[in-house]
Amino acid sequence: MVSEFTFFFFIVVFGTTGEMFMSRAMKETGEVKDFRPVALIESIFRALRVRWMWFGVGMMAIGFFSLLAVLSFENVSFVVPVTALSYVVGALGGRFFLGERVSLQRWTGILLVCAGVTLVLIGRS
Amino acid sequence: MESPRRLHLKTFILILIMVLAGPLGNVLLGKAMKQVGPVHPWPPAELLHVFIRVFTSGTIWLGIGSQLVFFAAYMIVLSWADYSYVQPASSIAYAVVALLASTWLGEVVPPLRWVGIAVICLGVFLVGHTHPSTTENG
Repeated sequence: MVSEFTFFFFIVVFGTTGEMFMSRAMKETGEVKDFRPVALIESIFRALRVRWMWFGVGMMAIGFFSLLAVLSFENVSFVVPVTALSYVVGALGGRFFLGERVSLQRWTGILLVCAGVTLVLIGRS
Repeated sequence: MESPRRLHLKTFILILIMVLAGPLGNVLLGKAMKQVGPVHPWPPAELLHVFIRVFTSGTIWLGIGSQLVFFAAYMIVLSWADYSYVQPASSIAYAVVALLASTWLGEVVPPLRWVGIAVICLGVFLVGHTHPSTTENG
């Protein structure tokens, strides 16, 4: 089903890219050290002044509505594990977009996650 | 300069909030969307009707509320921990989703899906044993 594939693509790619933009925005905002509600609200407003945050929110919104669409005709226990494919996009993005070091151990873990998603997909048919 | 022990503790607490609130939100959204019915993105007029049905559902708002708690915890933890650490470490949520979906929504989860989810969790276990921050400002 083409539309199902498209929805999953949007969830994984737009959702993950959006999260990476948000991560970049939060790093620019600085570490949250004060957890009082007023300080947290101030942190949110500081984050909203960062351009990357808005790109992130927009992309995550597309991912979210795609998730709602898929959940209307597929089981939650199938949809959510398949969205774990975002680990591949996330690791690549973390490495190349955010400049994070991804160790061999993390890559191994990420590969196992991919194998798990494959089993979930095989188990469906 | 914060001690690594304290850094790990506060990262753990926020990830715990994420793995509880995220799955609960997903299951609530799934329950609500099943009530709404299958979504067809075309024609646009049909999409408008779907939007109205979706956003007048109380369960959707409970799900969104739960997801907002998840996102708040996520954003806070991302202010000091690396994205490529936080995202995999929180993936234990996949097991919580399947557990909630089978017990609460009555979804049939085939054995191979459970195995797949277990493999995902094993991957998470490996990833979780690395330091939360690897960038210079972390």
